[in-house]
Amino acid sequence: MDGLLPQLDVVRKDFPILERTLAGNRPLVYLDSANTSQKPQCVIDAMVDHLEHHNANVARAMHQLGAESSEAFEAARDTVAEFLGAPSRDEVVFTKNASEALNLLANTMAWAGEHQVGEGDEVVVTEMEHHSNIVPWQLLTQRTGATLRWFGLTDDGRLDTSDIDALITERTKVVSLTWVSNMLGTVNPIADIARRAHEVGAVVVVDAAQAAPQMPIDLAAMPVEERPDALVLTGHKTVGPTGIGVLWGSRALLEALPPFLGGGEMIETVRMEGSTYAGLPHKFEAGTPPIVEAVGLGAALRYLSDLGMDAVAAHERAITAYALEGLSTVPGVRVMGPGVGEERGGAISFELAGVHPHDVAQVLDSRGVAVRAGHHCARPAHARFGVQSTTRMSSYLYTTPAEIDAFVEALEAARTYFGVSA
Amino acid sequence: MTAGGTGQDLDALYQEIILDHYKNPLHAGLREPYEAEVHHVNPTCGDEVTLRVHVAPGEDGDVVSDVSYDAVGCSISQASTSVMSDLLIGKPVAEALAVHEEFLALMQGKGAVEPDEDVLEDGVAFAGVAKFPARIKCALLGWMAWKDAVSTAGTSSTQTNGGTA
Repeated sequence: MDGLLPQLDVVRKDFPILERTLAGNRPLVYLDSANTSQKPQCVIDAMVDHLEHHNANVARAMHQLGAESSEAFEAARDTVAEFLGAPSRDEVVFTKNASEALNLLANTMAWAGEHQVGEGDEVVVTEMEHHSNIVPWQLLTQRTGATLRWFGLTDDGRLDTSDIDALITERTKVVSLTWVSNMLGTVNPIADIARRAHEVGAVVVVDAAQAAPQMPIDLAAMPVEERPDALVLTGHKTVGPTGIGVLWGSRALLEALPPFLGGGEMIETVRMEGSTYAGLPHKFEAGTPPIVEAVGLGAALRYLSDLGMDAVAAHERAITAYALEGLSTVPGVRVMGPGVGEERGGAISFELAGVHPHDVAQVLDSRGVAVRAGHHCARPAHARFGVQSTTRMSSYLYTTPAEIDAFVEALEAARTYFGVSA
Repeated sequence: MTAGGTGQDLDALYQEIILDHYKNPLHAGLREPYEAEVHHVNPTCGDEVTLRVHVAPGEDGDVVSDVSYDAVGCSISQASTSVMSDLLIGKPVAEALAVHEEFLALMQGKGAVEPDEDVLEDGVAFAGVAKFPARIKCALLGWMAWKDAVSTAGTSSTQTNGGTA
């Protein structure tokens, strides 16, 4: 099969969990990577090594370990900046996850400042967002008297941009959208939308939680009018650990926003009467940060860069195409979102006629195949397609064609089990 | 029913009784009269049930005269709501609450609780669900909705056809 990662069997050996067998001695077929990815040994080792040999607080410990820990933490920031092609490393803020990064933006925009959202202003999102890119903006607009608007979706699961000029207007303060849908797999035209949003002076936020794991990102290479003002990702979907996310924001945006959480290390001088704040990125990193998680994320992104994000993207395309073909052979399968031969990400959500997604996932699990069932934190997108829930398979750089075959066979078994075959 | 050594696990979960109720749910549909209507969801998967209860005075106190529902969900949640309504309709409220307790104990028993068939009848088929932590919420969706509805009905038993949202 063209496009697969070279030496896929060797790559798989980097991920110890892929060796494990489940109850009944079944091999694991992990197809839930859009939920969280598995971790290569180098990430696990980097975190253990840090805890065993370099553990200390960062930026406030005046001893050798403190210096080593600070260096490792800041080196991880450099790696993130490089991975994203960020114009400056100081624009990389560590957060708990992508949700916190989005909440940081949506909260600080409620407060006094150049980007304050108020009555009469509008925030634009899309109907295909993860709940984490809907709810923070609902909270912001409800708190400030602003209005939340959204792009609808076409029947084939793409963003309906036909009304873009009516939707993004002089009243628009923020446009926040996902690059790649976690449910439909759709890849959104963020450059076109950013260009339009910038014409009206709106801040553009891109949720790259699903994009960062599976496609190359080069912020500095984007024309400035097409470059988002902020982009968020989470570490655990990019073969890194949980507990660490990233907010990249342009220097202009991050400098204009007020601090989010107050506390240690985000300050310059504290007096009882008032305080001044640290420069970027520390202004947004109050308290002891997730140090070992940042070290793990650095190792993860170096691992992805060593494989090459172009190669990872090609692998994902090849496996996704093969999965879509396999799904098309199963009677009663209805895939939501772009189909065979179309540009899309690796998450494939589908219905199987006559079998509820929970029951599909249960039968698959009994055969070692791990998928997700439910609304995948994208209930509005499910409602748009008239479904309450779907089954979602999501491959990644370690997925093999044989695993897709096992998945398709397991779907046939689910049909048989629930008596919907023939 | 499936190939390989995996069918047994699945069969422990999907008892024939469950699959029968799933395919032919009893007492489905929303009916009048009713004193309380509730809407419960399982936020992790989106399963939903709208459930009504009709409570009427009986010889020995209030009786669950009807349980009607409109539900969207998996085989476990659908079958469980069906079994529950069939089990509770016609029972005095106090006895129905005791059955509810028994079912709850079974679900939370991690597979170690021996179900009492005299109390739970078809409900014993759900004993296997307790060994699948991800599915316990499915089995309890309808039961929790009923408990909520019956307590709501109890506090407003002077009203009929309240049609609460």
